[in-house]
Amino acid sequence: MNLALSDEQVFLREAARGTLSRFKTVDAAREALDGDESALPDLWPTAREAGWPGLLIDESHGGAGLDAFDAMLVLGECGRVLAGVALLGHLPATAILAEAPNASGLLEPLATGERRAAYLPVSPPDDIEQNWSADPARGAARAPAPTATEDGGQARVSGRLSFVLDAPGADLLVGVALLDGRPVGVAIEADASGVSVEPVRRYDATRSLGHVTLAESPATVLDAPVESLAGAWYLAQALIAAESVGSVETALDLSVAYAKERHTFGRAIGSYQAVKHSLTEVLRQLENGRSLLYYAGWARQGQPAEFPLAASAARSVAGRALDEAARTMISVHGGIGATWEHDAPLYFRRAQLSRRLLGGTGRATDRVAGELIAQADAA
Amino acid sequence: MDLDDTPEQSAYRAQVRGWLEQHKAEAPVLQGPGALEDEQEIVAARRAWQGKLAEAGLAGVTWPKEYGGQGLGPIEQVICNQEIARAKIPGILDSIGVGMLGPTIIAHGSDEQKSRYLAPLLHGDEVWCQLFSEPAAGSDLAAVQTRARQQDDGSWRLTGQKVWTTNAQFASYGLLLARTDADVPKHKGLTMFVVPMDGEGVTVRGLRQISGEAEFNEVFFDDVALDSGAVVGGVGNGWGTALTTLMFERVTIGLGGEGMGYNSNRFANAIAGDEHARRDPEVRHQLGEIASELLAVRFTGYRTLTALQKGQIPGPEAGLAKITIVSGAIKAGDLIADILGPDSLAEDGEWAYMISFLPGLKSAGGTEEILRNTVGERVLGLPPEPRLDKGIPFSELRSKEGAAA
Repeated sequence: MNLALSDEQVFLREAARGTLSRFKTVDAAREALDGDESALPDLWPTAREAGWPGLLIDESHGGAGLDAFDAMLVLGECGRVLAGVALLGHLPATAILAEAPNASGLLEPLATGERRAAYLPVSPPDDIEQNWSADPARGAARAPAPTATEDGGQARVSGRLSFVLDAPGADLLVGVALLDGRPVGVAIEADASGVSVEPVRRYDATRSLGHVTLAESPATVLDAPVESLAGAWYLAQALIAAESVGSVETALDLSVAYAKERHTFGRAIGSYQAVKHSLTEVLRQLENGRSLLYYAGWARQGQPAEFPLAASAARSVAGRALDEAARTMISVHGGIGATWEHDAPLYFRRAQLSRRLLGGTGRATDRVAGELIAQADAA
Repeated sequence: MDLDDTPEQSAYRAQVRGWLEQHKAEAPVLQGPGALEDEQEIVAARRAWQGKLAEAGLAGVTWPKEYGGQGLGPIEQVICNQEIARAKIPGILDSIGVGMLGPTIIAHGSDEQKSRYLAPLLHGDEVWCQLFSEPAAGSDLAAVQTRARQQDDGSWRLTGQKVWTTNAQFASYGLLLARTDADVPKHKGLTMFVVPMDGEGVTVRGLRQISGEAEFNEVFFDDVALDSGAVVGGVGNGWGTALTTLMFERVTIGLGGEGMGYNSNRFANAIAGDEHARRDPEVRHQLGEIASELLAVRFTGYRTLTALQKGQIPGPEAGLAKITIVSGAIKAGDLIADILGPDSLAEDGEWAYMISFLPGLKSAGGTEEILRNTVGERVLGLPPEPRLDKGIPFSELRSKEGAAA
C-alpha cells in the first residue's frame, strides 16, 4: 500500500508551482475579461521548457514517459493559479497517438511541444446512450460523433465539435470518428482542407475554446485500440478534475486567510460556527476530490477496468467542490467577494464554465451510476 | 503509487488466510442457516472465538509482544481485518476494548493494571466498555459530572450516570472518566478509573433506539466502591488519558472506513434491481453523487493507511470521512426508500434497520457539528469560539451558564 507521492512527483509539482508563479495569471484572467486578451501570457514555451507536452509520450519518442497521475499534478498547479497551458487539449490527444503504432512518426514534435495537438472529445457509449457522441453547441441533446469515409486509401472526416478545449492554434486535431459505424481514432492536420476552427471565449477568459468543423477533411486513421479512444475521454475527465481540485485549494486558502483576519462583533469571523462549518465543507469536498484523483491515477495502470468509474467520480466530486469553494469564497468575503476587483469572481467563472465542458460534471455523475449498475449486473 | 502488499505483507496475508481457512469452521455462525439466536449464546461463542483469534495472533496485532500482542503495525491489523471479512466470519467481539481501551491501559496504566487486565481483555475472557459520555457531556466531554470522592483510606466512592455504552450488559470492566475535583477548571479535575461492572451499586439498562433494538446502554453508579488501585494515569490527569483513548478511536475509524457496510456497490445493487429506477436520470444523478463520495472515502482510507505505514498518526481530518459516510448512507437510504416505497420500511428488512440506525450514528463518536469545529480549528487553523468555561472552576460553571442565558 503506497498512495504517497514519490520524490520525483513532489519535485514535478513544486517545479510546476515555481514555474507558474513567475506569471501574473490571475490578474491576466481579469484583464482578458475586460477585453485585453493580450494580457494572457503565452505559457506554451514555458510548458515546453518544463517538458509538459511530452508527459504521456514515452522516452524513445522524446517524451517523459510518465503517467496520468503525474500529468494531474501539473494540471492541479495550473488550476491553482487559473493558468491556461493548453494541456487539457494536448495531453489526451497524445495519449491516443501513443497507443497507435502508425502514429509514431507524429509523436516527437508533439513531445517537445514544437507542435501542439488538440483532442476532439467524443464520449463513449454507456448503459443508456448507445452511441459515441459529442458535446452539442447548445441544449441537452448530445450531438453526433464525426463520421469517416475511406476512398482509395484516403480517409476523410466530417462533423462538428463544439467548445473544443485548446483547439485554436493547434497544429493537429486528434479524436474519434465513426467509420461504417465503428469508432476509429483519427488525426487531422489543422491546416488540411475542410478544417475550420472558430475561436470562442465564454465567461472565463483563460479558457481557449473552439468550434471545430470538419468537411471531408483528409485524415489518418489510427490503429489505436478502441479502449484508448474511450480512455482519452476519461483521461480528459481526470485532468480537468485535477485542475479543478487545484482551484479549490486556492479558493479555500484565500477564504480561510480572510476568515482569520476579518473581524465582526469583536471577533474573527472564522470563529463563528456558520463560517467555520462552511469552510470545513469545502475542505471535506476537497479531500474527497483529492482521494479520487489518487483512485483515477492508480486505476489507469493498476485496474484499467475501473478507470472510467474512477475518472468520472473524480470529475463529479471535483466539479461540485469547485462550485462550492467558489461560492463559499464569495460569501465568506461578504460583498467585496462579489466585486470585479476581487479574485473570487475569477474562480467562480472558472467553476461555472469548467463544469459545463467535456460533457459536463452532470454527465460524469451519470456515468458513475452507469458504471456501478454495470458492475451490479456483472456480479 | 500502488495498492499492493509488500513481499512481507503478502507473506503475512498468506499466513493469516491459511490459519482462517483451517479454523473458520470453529467460528460462530451469526447469519443464515444454523445461526445462533440467543444473545447470551452469541456472546459466549464470540468470546470463545476472540480467544482463538488471540491465541493465533490475529487479535491485538499492534499490541506490544509483552502484553500478548504481535508488535506489528496497523497495516498488518488491516490485513487481518480484510482476511476475516473475506472469510465471511465474525471478528473479535471486544473491538472497543482491544482497539481503544487496552491501548490506553498500555499507555497510561500501572504495571499491576497491565498484568491484571490486558491478557483477559485480549482473549475475550473479560469484555470491556467505555464509560465516557453522559447525558449532559458528549461533545463537551470534559463536562462530565459523574463524581468520584476519595475516602480517608485512599479508596474511592463513585456516583453518577453514563450513557451510549456499547457492550455494558456483558462487560466485566469499564474505563470511566469521573470528576474528582470540582474546584478547579473542568479539564483539570478529571481522573480515569477502572470500574468492575459487577460491583455493588452498578446498574446497566438497555437503551432502545429508533429501530427498537438496544445497541447501547445507560449505566448508573450509586455509591460504588473503588479501591485506590483503580486510578489509571494519575489523579487529575483524566483528560490527557481520555485524549489517548480518543486518538485510538480515530485510528480505528480511519482504518475501518467502509467496515460499516455503507459502500457504493451495495447501494448501486439495490437500484440496479429496479428496471425503472436504473434508467431514471434523477435517480442516477443522486446515485452517482452518493457513490462518488463513498468511493472517495475508500481512497481516503488508503491514504490514511499510507500515512500510518510511515508512522504518522491520523489527525482530526479523519472526522470528515465519518461525516461523508454517514451523510452518504442517509441519502442512499432515502433514495432507496423512494424507489422501493413503503416495503423498504418492513421492520425485518435490510433498509429499515439502516434508515433507523443512521440518525443516531450522526452523533456517535462526535456530532457532525463538533467534528466540523475540531477540523476547522485544528486543520484549517480557524480561531475557536469564545468560551465561557476557560479558567473557571467547574463548581462555578453552572451559575455562570445561568447568568449568560
